[in-house]
Amino acid sequence: MNNIIIYIALALMMLTLIAGLIRFIKGPSIVDRVVAFDSMTITSLVVIGVIALLSNRAIYFDVAVVYGFLSFLGVIIVAKYIQGGL
Amino acid sequence: MTYVKILGEVFLLMGAFSLFVASVGLLRMPDVYNRVQTGTKASTLGAIMSFIGIGLMAVDHWDENNWLGRIIVLIIFILLTNPVSSHVLMRAAYVMKIPLSKLTVVDKLKEDIELKVLEEPKDE
Repeated sequence: MNNIIIYIALALMMLTLIAGLIRFIKGPSIVDRVVAFDSMTITSLVVIGVIALLSNRAIYFDVAVVYGFLSFLGVIIVAKYIQGGL
Repeated sequence: MTYVKILGEVFLLMGAFSLFVASVGLLRMPDVYNRVQTGTKASTLGAIMSFIGIGLMAVDHWDENNWLGRIIVLIIFILLTNPVSSHVLMRAAYVMKIPLSKLTVVDKLKEDIELKVLEEPKDE
């Protein structure tokens, strides 16, 4: 009974990733693509957390923290480059 | 113990549903600014609720490996960094002069620039 609800949540997250990928491909401007990338990254953080729960390893949360930090840094740098300040 | 697990399942499902609603808004909103707003705010809520659910479902492992500490650090990190990236992206879009949607009713920043209360944000 536990695993069924976890798999339903994982299926919803996969639909979220597919929708973000569609917006990433056809977005008319750069900002759309960056936002789609950001949303997909946050969903990937939650997927990493669910995998850590399924396999009983707490070390994966450290991977999630480093991944989120790199994504945040990438968004800041791309926004600064769009403004022309870099 | 089982009640805590059931509560965690409810939180995880609500968080996943909130992430899904954020992606639907990312597909259907008419404007860049609306997409930034819905894609960042609802994603933050969904991620935080999902991590609370994961932390409640791992009730058997709270003693070992510092599960709760890592999850709390992750939640605080998401809560700090996500609105910052949203604001920076909005400012970059406004500097790029991406046009607003035709359904827009009011643009306070443009009014303030015309009244010379604020300066126009520009390249540095």
